[in-house]
Amino acid sequence: MTDFLPLIVAKYNYWLYIILMMIGLYAMIVKNNLIKKLVGMNIFQTAIILFYVSIGYKRGATIPIIQGDHSGHGAEAIIKAADYINPLPHVLMLTAIVVSVATFGVAMALCVRIYQRYNTLEEDELRMRLSEKKI
Amino acid sequence: MNNYPAIVVIAPLLGAFFAGITAWVDDRFTYPIALTALGIALAAAVNDLFLVLSSGPIQYTMAGWMPPMGIEYRIDGLNAMVLVLITGIAFLNLVASFKNVAQETPDRTGAFYVMYLLFVVGLLGVVSTGDLFNLYVLIEITSLTSYTMIALGDKDRGPLSSLNYVFIGVIGASFYLLGVGYIYIITGSLNMGDVAGMIPAMSSSSSLLVAFILCILGVWIKMALFPLHVWLPNAYAYSPVGFARVVAPLMTKVMVYVMVRLMVTVFGLDYIFNTLNLAQGVVWLGTFAVLAGGIMALSQNNLKKMLTYIIVCEIGYMVGGAWLGNTLGMTGAILHIVNDALMTFALFLAVGNMVYKLGRVDLNDLSGLFGKMPWTMAGFVLAAFSIVGVPPTCGFFSKWYLILGAFEAGAYHFAAALLISSLICAVLFFKVFEICFFEPMAEDHGHDVAEDDSGHGHGKDAVAMEEAPVSSLATLGIVSIALIVVGLYSGTIVDKVILPFLK
Amino acid sequence: MKLFGFIIVCLTGGLLLYGTGELPDWGDPHSPASIHLSNDYIEHAMEQTEVPNLVTAVLADYRGYDTMFETAVVFCAGLACFLLLRDFRPKKEYYYRHVPTGVVLHVKNNERQIAPGKEFEDVDKDWVPSDTIIKTVCRILIPFIQIYALYVVAHGDFSPGGGFQGGVIFGSSFILLAISYNLKTLMKRVSEKFLGIFSAAGVLVYVGIGAFSMVLGGHFLDYSQYIPFFGEHHIRALGMLGVEIGVGMAVTAVMAIIYINIVSEGRHDEGL
Repeated sequence: MTDFLPLIVAKYNYWLYIILMMIGLYAMIVKNNLIKKLVGMNIFQTAIILFYVSIGYKRGATIPIIQGDHSGHGAEAIIKAADYINPLPHVLMLTAIVVSVATFGVAMALCVRIYQRYNTLEEDELRMRLSEKKI
Repeated sequence: MNNYPAIVVIAPLLGAFFAGITAWVDDRFTYPIALTALGIALAAAVNDLFLVLSSGPIQYTMAGWMPPMGIEYRIDGLNAMVLVLITGIAFLNLVASFKNVAQETPDRTGAFYVMYLLFVVGLLGVVSTGDLFNLYVLIEITSLTSYTMIALGDKDRGPLSSLNYVFIGVIGASFYLLGVGYIYIITGSLNMGDVAGMIPAMSSSSSLLVAFILCILGVWIKMALFPLHVWLPNAYAYSPVGFARVVAPLMTKVMVYVMVRLMVTVFGLDYIFNTLNLAQGVVWLGTFAVLAGGIMALSQNNLKKMLTYIIVCEIGYMVGGAWLGNTLGMTGAILHIVNDALMTFALFLAVGNMVYKLGRVDLNDLSGLFGKMPWTMAGFVLAAFSIVGVPPTCGFFSKWYLILGAFEAGAYHFAAALLISSLICAVLFFKVFEICFFEPMAEDHGHDVAEDDSGHGHGKDAVAMEEAPVSSLATLGIVSIALIVVGLYSGTIVDKVILPFLK
Repeated sequence: MKLFGFIIVCLTGGLLLYGTGELPDWGDPHSPASIHLSNDYIEHAMEQTEVPNLVTAVLADYRGYDTMFETAVVFCAGLACFLLLRDFRPKKEYYYRHVPTGVVLHVKNNERQIAPGKEFEDVDKDWVPSDTIIKTVCRILIPFIQIYALYVVAHGDFSPGGGFQGGVIFGSSFILLAISYNLKTLMKRVSEKFLGIFSAAGVLVYVGIGAFSMVLGGHFLDYSQYIPFFGEHHIRALGMLGVEIGVGMAVTAVMAIIYINIVSEGRHDEGL
C-alpha cells in the first residue's frame, strides 16, 4: 500500500481519464436509450482528449505561445524549450475534437432519421418493431 | 520532383470539392468530375507502382518538412499495390454503378458522388500515410462517409444498422487513438519509421504491450474480426448497391492492410512473435472466425447477407495467416488482400446487377436467373469459384500459401478450418446455383415494380433476356478476367512485391 | 447485458491501468514526449515559420496535412446531415398569419396557397411570436459576434484562435439569428445553396493552396513556393492565414448546415 499511494498521486491524470473513459464505455454498452448512448460516446471521446492534453503538460512551463520579440536571428532569439509546454498534443486534440464533433453530428442525424421512422429511441422497442416487421 | 504519391490522394479530394460546388449548379456535372478525378488517381497509382518496382520505396514529405516533424508518405511495394487496387476498384465501380445510384438515391446523386470520392480519399490516405496520427484522421474520414452511405440504403433498417456501426466504429477508432497516445508517450514520436527505430530498445515495457494491444484491437474492431463482427453484416447488407460494391471489398481489406503495416513496419515481427506470446491465440481466433463466418453464412436466406458473412470468414483467413509467424503465412495474407478484394468486388457487382433488376435478392427470388441474366451469372459463377478456391482463379493461390504457412507453423487447426470453410462455401454457392439454374421462374418473378411499365409478360416458357446495363456487365467482365489473370500471375506478385516488402 | 458490459469495462480499465505503470509522471519535463519532438518544435518553429503561436505553427504548417483532412471531416459531417435528413418532398400543410388581425389560417389544399406579402405572413405550425427584447438584444449582439469571429480567425497566428474556433463562433451567430427570430429569417439571408457552395469552397481554398504549391514546383502545402507572389517576409504565416480562412469558411457553413437540417428534420421550414 505504501508503494501504491505515490503511484496514484504521481499519475493521477491517467487514473482520472481511465475512470471517465470507463463511465463512457459503460454507458455506450449498457444504456438502452440511443441518446444516452451518444452521451456515453461523447464522454468516452472527451476522456481520450483529456488524456492527450495531459501528456502535453510540463511542470513550470507556460502555454506554447512564444513571448517577447524573437523575430531577430541574433543571440537574444534563444528560446528555451523548458519554458513552454509541448504543443503537439494540443494540435492532435484539436483534430480529435473536430472529428468527435463531426461523428456526433452524423450520429444525431441518424437518430433523427430513426425517430422519424419509428417514433422511439429506446433500443428494445426498436428491436421489437423490427422483429414484427420481419414476418 | 516526383509528386505522384500526393496526387493519388489529392486528385479525388480536389474532385470531391469541385463536385460539391457543381452539384449545386447542375447535378449532371458531378459524375464526370468524379470519374475524371478517380481516373487521374488510378493513373498516378499505377505510375507509383512502376516507380516502386523499378527503383525502390518512394519517400514524400508533406510541405517539405522532414519526417519526425512533418508528415511523410512512404510508398513501398505493398502500399503501391493496395493503392492500385483501391483506385482501380473505385474507378470501375463508379463506371458500373451510374444507373444503380440514379435508381436508389434519385434526388441526391450529386451529394452521393461527393461522399463516394471522400470515402475513396480516406482509404487512399490510410494506405499511403507513414504517420500514426494521420492514419487515425483518415480512418475517421472513411468511417464517417460509410456511416452516412449505409444509412442511405434500406429505409427501415439502414439508419439503425448505421448507428450501431457508429457506436462500434467509434470504440474501435478510439482504441486505436489511445494506442497511438501510449506510443507517443513512451517514444515521443508519431512517425512510423521513427517509432519503429525506438521500439526494439523498450520491448519489455508494459506500456508498449498495452499500446500494441489497443492499436490491434481497434483495427480488429474496424475490420470485423469474428467476435467483433456484429456490426458488419447489417451495415453492408442494407447499404445502397453503389456503395456496398466499394465498401465491402475495400474497407475491411484496407484495415487488414493497416494491421499488416502495424505488425511489419511499426512494431516489427521480431517484437510480436519473439517477445510476446499472443500469436498462437490469435491464430485460434482466426480459425474460429473462419468457421463461424462460414456457418453463419450457411444459415442466411438473403444473398447479400450471405456474402457479408463470407467477408467475416475471409477476414479470419487473413488475420490467421498474418499471425502464423512465418513468411508463407504473411505472404498468403497479403496476397489474399488483393484476391479477396477482387473476388468480393466481382460478387457484389453481380449481386448489384440482380438488385437492379429484381429489387430483392432473397434466395427464392433468384430462381431461373441463369436464363434471365446469363452474363451476370457467368461472372457470379467465376467469382464464386474463386471464393471456393478452384484453380486457376486467384482465390486458390492465396489459400495455397495460407495452408502451406499453416503446416509450416504447425497450426493444423487453421489449415483444417481453411479446408472446411472452402467446403462450406462450395455448398453455399451450389445452393445458389441450383436455385438459379434448375428452379423455374415464378409468374410474378420479383417484378412487382417494373412490370406495370415494361409490359411484357414473364411466363414460364418466355425467357426474356433482361440483363443489367452494359456498363455494369463490362465491368463485371473486366473483373472476372482480372480474377484469372491475377491468379496466373500470383507468382510474379509474390516475387516482385510481397517478398521484397517482408525482407 | 449489464453484467457483461461491466465486465468488459473493467477489463478495458484494467488493461489501461496496467499500461500506465511505466509511463512518466504527470508533468514530468523529462518524459520522452516532452523531449523528442516537442523541443524541436518549440526551438525552431519561431525561426522557421515566424509564427509565435506554436500550436498554430504545428497545426497549419508542420502537420498542415492532418488539418486539411480535419477540414474535410467537417465538410463530411455537413454533407452527411444534408444527405441523411434533407427532405425534398413539398410541404403538405401551410399556415398563414393575417398580420393586422393576428388570425392564423391553416391551408391544407396545395392549390390554394396564399402569396405571403404585407397582409399575410408565412408562419410555422407552432408559431410563437418572438420576444421583442430577445430580438433586439440578438440584433445588437450578432454583428459583434461576427467581428469577434473574424478577429479570432485572423489572429490565430499570435494568440489562441484560428479557423476552427473562428468558424464555430461565426456559425453560432447564424444559429443565434435562427433561435431569436426563426429559421426562415436565417434561410432568407443565407440560402441552402450558398451554404453548400461556401462549405465546399472553404475546403477547396485549403486544398487549392496546397495543390497550387505543387504546381509551382514544391511539395504539397509548401507555402514557401508562394514567395514569388507575396515576397519572402512572413510567407509561411501568410500561407497559414490563407488556410485558416478556408477552414473558417468551411466550419461556418457546416455549423449552419448541421443546425438547419437537424432542427427542422430536413424540411427547412420550421425550426425549434
